[in-house]
Formats: sequence, structure tokens, C-alpha cells
Amino acid sequence: MSDADYVVEMERITKAFPGVQALSDVHFSLRRGEIHAIVGENGAGKSTLIKILTGVEKQDVGSICLDGKAVMVRSPLHAQELGISTVYQEVNLCPNLSVAENILIGREPKRLGGINWKAMNAHARELLLQRLNIDIDVTQKLAAYPVAIQQMVAIARALEISSTRVLILDEPTSSLDVNETAQLFQVMRKLKSEGVAIIFITHFLDQVYEISDRITVLRNGTLVGTFDTSDISRLELIAKMIGRSLTELDEMSNIKLESRKHIKDEALLQAEGLGLTGAIEPFDLELHAGEVLGIAGLLGSGRTEIAQLLFGVEKPDSGTLKMAGEVVEHFSPLASIGRGIALCPEDRKEAGIIDDLTVRENIVLALQANRGWFRYLSTQQQYELADRYIKLLNIATPSADQSVKNLSGGNQQKVILARWLATNPQLLILDEPTRGIDVGAKAEIQKLVLSLAEEGKSCVFISSELDEVLRTSHRIMVLRDRAKVVEFSGEVDQQQIMQSMAGSEA
Amino acid sequence: MSKFRFSFNLRKITESRLFFPLIALGAILLFDLIAVPGFFRISTREGNLYGNLIDIVRNASTVSLLAIGMTLVIATGGVDLSVGAIMAISASVAAILMNPYVLATELPPHIMKFMSDPNFTYQPLWIVILATLIVATICGLWNGLLVAYGKIQCMVATLILMIAGRGIAQLITNGVRIQIFYEPYAFIGQGWIILPFSLYLVAIVFALAWFLTRRTAIGMFIESVGTNARSSFFSGIDEKRVKLLAYTFCGFCAGIAGLVASSNIKTSDAFNLGVAKELDAILAVVIGGTMMSGGRFSLFASIVGAWVIQAITTSMYAVGVPAFALQAIKAVVVILVVLLYSEQVRNFVQKISARKEA
Repeated sequence: MSDADYVVEMERITKAFPGVQALSDVHFSLRRGEIHAIVGENGAGKSTLIKILTGVEKQDVGSICLDGKAVMVRSPLHAQELGISTVYQEVNLCPNLSVAENILIGREPKRLGGINWKAMNAHARELLLQRLNIDIDVTQKLAAYPVAIQQMVAIARALEISSTRVLILDEPTSSLDVNETAQLFQVMRKLKSEGVAIIFITHFLDQVYEISDRITVLRNGTLVGTFDTSDISRLELIAKMIGRSLTELDEMSNIKLESRKHIKDEALLQAEGLGLTGAIEPFDLELHAGEVLGIAGLLGSGRTEIAQLLFGVEKPDSGTLKMAGEVVEHFSPLASIGRGIALCPEDRKEAGIIDDLTVRENIVLALQANRGWFRYLSTQQQYELADRYIKLLNIATPSADQSVKNLSGGNQQKVILARWLATNPQLLILDEPTRGIDVGAKAEIQKLVLSLAEEGKSCVFISSELDEVLRTSHRIMVLRDRAKVVEFSGEVDQQQIMQSMAGSEA
Repeated sequence: MSKFRFSFNLRKITESRLFFPLIALGAILLFDLIAVPGFFRISTREGNLYGNLIDIVRNASTVSLLAIGMTLVIATGGVDLSVGAIMAISASVAAILMNPYVLATELPPHIMKFMSDPNFTYQPLWIVILATLIVATICGLWNGLLVAYGKIQCMVATLILMIAGRGIAQLITNGVRIQIFYEPYAFIGQGWIILPFSLYLVAIVFALAWFLTRRTAIGMFIESVGTNARSSFFSGIDEKRVKLLAYTFCGFCAGIAGLVASSNIKTSDAFNLGVAKELDAILAVVIGGTMMSGGRFSLFASIVGAWVIQAITTSMYAVGVPAFALQAIKAVVVILVVLLYSEQVRNFVQKISARKEA
């Protein structure tokens, strides 16, 4: 049965965590020199499968064959020795060290007992140029380069460590913009042509179709199937991932049309010339009750800065902000919560979840902060709240007492959403609420936004996925280079928005 | 079915914060059971209980008091090195209020008579205690202001008072070691109402801290700030106020510890009182399973941690280890305890209990 073309074969992989069956009876095979995408919803078992392959976790049942030989991957280090390298979503390199140091740390060329800096820099530069086709100054600090380059450096390091035969890229594109992604894909194609097998995990289906040869779909810890990319249509793929067809997305535009009627005339939030030097140029903004305002723009165009100004994370140094007719004087998250504003921040790990606390505590946190120290929600009230939102948002957790760090990314995002819904906000600002989460959960969040609007609440929806912004927003504001460029209301298509994002309307 | 239930509970128990400190304490007591005949004997005199076990909890009461406050500080992600110095300041304040005449160089004989009178105090006891605790709380407040509002690293900020504190304590008494003769004051550290009086103080402070953290939102906010300060800020939690409260409360606890310690030795000794106690308190908190990086805490586990430290000392004396060798032996035992405690060992134990479950 074993095919000589397969570099990795994983058979009957089964793994259970306390309370969760993470994988059951999953087969996975990887051909030499192919780009193989693994897709699935959050909690489908993608990460667990990778962790088993890289020796972070051990399977309960099942076998792994490398080049037809059965192996036991004992540890991540052992995986590297076997030629399996991983580049994680968050780049884990040392930003203060130079590019060359990052690539060759631990195996610097030595001379007279010291590090041979010249040889090291030359070696690093050649590696980047030859294998990845990028030409940069390797003596610069890593932090001086954009995330995309940092990711390349991480790949270069992975290639340097061992004669890599299998390269695993875990959500490599989630913080890259279009050009950077294209650059990464070039590198991937080059490695592929050199015979490196690449496992590519992503939530962006466009990218799956652009780059992968085969697709493995997982759902709830079981294998749905492995398909040649050319044989499966996008709709079929989505249906396989979530186990039902997505007519809901079509319904959405109807809901949106319907909800437009509920927009009130008076403004809920007014910003006049609001700005902060170095973060965002002064901008005007008016938001009505029951309205969803989309903000489109490239990474670093000032989207997050606007969200943080409105929520009071940063204090503006020009202009005024009015909430429900009253001029805002005190800027802080706490004051904003009091005014009925909520912000789901972009960076879930750093500014969102509090990972040691339970799901329940994470959900009640903002509401409790607003109530203060002494008006403590009783345990019973806390459980009621938590259980209500776990049900409402379909949060997959064994119980409200689970540590939130044990949840998958999408469910963590839902917990943060629940935290803010619990404060019953008038204005909900969502900064990249769907980043790194699966199709089904994305649709749920978009629907939630529209249903909130129908209840008369306002929403600011920030996303780098344009179709999402288009689908949910009544009005769209476009940013470029930290300034508001234009605002679209009514019918508008993706092309128009992209043009103004790129600045080519002239 | 019943077996399943049992092993499930086993898992729950091994995950509990109290598990490892109790295991450590149990191991030390087991050693005593084997090595020291009659270690567990408890005798009654005039209705009061005496014995090695009582000694352990009584002698641990200063560190227990410190550990309660220190738990909250460490849970916010900080540390307070100044508690020993605050104890010394408290002792000086209390002593000077009871016996200020000692500062005068030439005293007429009729006043000298008062000085060593066990029924004499310059200020009534309640004022002595209240003033001492206010001073200690202000010390804590000072630490809190430096850390929370001054944005000075906690080590550095509390180091200031750690070093300056003993100087301040001496300034208060004009450099004199004041002996305390007033009998009612001695009751704080040496009194007995069936159990040692200082135990009741620990119980009261523990109850106060527990109520403050578990019956209000403060405990959740402390854990939240300690786990992820930025997320907490985005959720509307005022990190500064939370930290200020933790350090202030820690100062308050150190004040009570200072009263107990000075009452025990009946003197205000600015040089020796509470020396290195901050380290014992930190160790107690660590043994109690609160991470130095902050986050989840258990007050009771910290107190068990304090008992563990004292149990080591008492046991070593009981088997006849000389005082000069005690520190070295204590260090060995502490290493064992902390090893027992490490992530690796912990995972190992949990894996075993998980395997039993499966």
C-alpha cells in the first residue's frame, strides 16, 4: 500500500484530550513536492494533527511513516532532526537580534573560539538569496523588517536547521497583506520545485485554491476526505468543511436590506476632526443607531487606530467626539464601557482573552468592571450570563468553568464577543472579528452583527476581507495611509473600494 | 462506575492548587511521625493546648500574615520586598507609643519607675494598634503608588522601602531598642485562648482577605491583571487601582505581623525584627502555587505554604539538628518541595492520574 511518492503517511491517528475527542481515525498522506492544504473549522483537529506530526503531542492510537519507515516522533527537536520543520502563525524569533543571528542562532560559524561574523552574515545572505530569492541586509535587526520578511526569515531558519523535507506553515498569511502573501507564495512554489513537501494551514479559501495541489478536510476530529484542488469547487469545499450548505450567506443580503429600514435619523456617535498625530489624520464620522459602518483599508492604514480612539484606548489630540449628543471628555476603556461602547480588539491573544481565567470569568469581566469592585455579580448570576452566551453564540466548551486557553481560536473570539454583548452596548466596534476563524463562525458573527443592528444597536465593522465588509455594512469608510479617503453609502462594489484603498482613483 | 468516579476525583484533586502544598506538608509530618516519637502529642494546661503542631502554626503566624498580603501582590504580577522592613517600622511605632520616655536621656526616678511597670502604657492599647496599622498601611500605599502610578518596577520600588525602612524604624525610636514591658501588649503574640492568640489574628486577616477578594470582584480583577494586563485594560479594569489596593493591603498585613513579632520578643529591634521575612513570605506564596508571574492565587494554599516552611524548621529542631545547620537543611528540603512542585513533575503526576482514568 505504501507508495514511494509519499514522504509522510499518518494512519488511523486518534487522540483524546480530557473531555474532548480531538482526532479519531484520521489518515493523512503527503506527497513529495506538493503543497497540501489542511482546512476545517475551528476545533476540527488541524492543530492537533500538526502537533502529533511535530512531536508536540503523542497520538493515542495510530502510526506515522516517514519515507515508508515507521517512526515515533518523540519531540519537536526530534521532528526537526527527521526533517520536519514548522513555521508558526506568530513568528517566534528574536526581534532584537539581526536577521543573520536569527537564522543561524545556535549554529554560528566559529573562528578562533569566537563567532565568525563575516562568514555568518555571508552564509545567511546566501541562504536567503538562493533558497528564498530575497535579498536583504542581514545585519539589520529583525524588527526593522515587515512581518512578511520576518516570516521568510523564520522559513529560512527552518530550512537551515535541517535538510527540511516537510515544511509546515501554520496560518502564515493571517498577518500579511496581498503583496506579502504573493511573495510568500513565490517562495513556497520555489521550495516545492526543489522537492520540499509543504503543509499549508489557512482559513483563506482563496489562497487554498491559488497555491495548493491537494486539500485535506477535517471536521470535528474526523477526516472528511482528501481532494485534488482542481476537482472540488469552492461551494463543495465549504459544504464539506461545515457539513451543511451555506445558503445562509445569501440570506444575509436580504437581512441587510431589511435592517436598513431600522436606521434612526439622529446620530449616536459624531466625530469632528478627531485625530491623533502619528496614528490617524483628523477625520469626521457620523454613526446612527441601527447602522453598521464598515471600515476598509490595508493593514496599517489606520483602521485599528480609529477603533482605539473611539473606544478611548488612546486619547485624541485634535477634534471632538460626541456620544448621544454629549461631548466626550474622559477617554478610557472604562469610561467608554460606561457610555455604552464596546471594542473587540484586533489582537485576541494580547488584548482580548485572559487565558488563565475561565470562560465564565472572561465573559463577565467587562460587565463587572463597569459595575465596579463591590457590586459583585453573584456566582449564580455569573453562571446564568455565561450559560446564556455559550448557548447564544454556540461556544464549544465542555463547561463554563473551562480555562479559556483550552478553547480553539474561534471559540475564544466568541467568548470575547460574549464579554461585550454582556455589557449591552449601544455601539459595538469589531476589529477583525473573523481573523483566524472558520467559515461557519464567520457567518455566525456577520449575522449577529446584522441582528444587533436590527435591535437598534450600532456597529463598526473592521475587516481585511472586503466581501465580509460589503456583506454586513450599510455604509463603508475607506482608509489609506492613516487618513480617511472616502465614504460609500448605497450600492458599491468591491472594485470601487479596492481602487480607493489603493489610491488609484485619479 | 464507582471506580471511574474515584479516578475522576483524583484528577480534580491533583489539579487543585492545594494539592501540592498539602502533599509537601504531609510528607514533612510523615517524616516526623517516623523520626520523632511523640511529635504529635498535644497536651492541655489550664484549658490551653500545647504541642509541636500548635508550635508550628503559632510560629508560622508572622509568615502567614505576610503571605496573605504577599499573595495578592504576587498575583498582580508584582512582589513586595519591603514587608520585613514594614514590620520593623510597625514595631518601632508601637513601642514608642507605649514607652516614649525612653527617649529622654536623664529621667527623674519617679518616671523611671513607670518604665518597667508591666501595667504602664503611655497611650491606650487600641490607639497603639490603630496608629501602628495606619503607619504600616501608609507604607504599603507608598509602595503601591510607586509601582502603580510611578510605573517603577516592583522589585526596585519596594527595595527602596526595604532598605530605607530599617533606617526609618531607627529614626522613630531615636536609635534605641525599646523594651516593651506592658503586659497586655505581650498577649498579641504570646497569649493563649485555648489556641495561641496569634492564630485568631491570622484567621481574622485571612477571612478579611478572602471576603475582599472572593466576595467582591477584586479577586477576579487581581487575577485578570496578573494574567494579562493589556487585555484587562481593554476590558475596562483599572490596573492601577487594583495594584494600589494589593500593595496597600500587603502593608497592612505586614503591620499586623510586626505587632505579633514585636510582642513575641517584647522589644522593638529595628535591626533584627522581620529580617529576611519577606523571603519566607514569598516562598510561602510560591509553595502555595501562585506563580511569580501573577494570575491565579489561593490564599489558603499560601498559608499552608507558611506552615510547610515552619514545619521544616520545627521538625529539624525536633530531630536535633543544630541551629547553625538548619539553614542548609532547610534549603535542601525547600528544593525538594519546589521540585515536587515543578511543571514537569506536575504534568507527570497528572498524566498518571489521567491514565488511571482511561
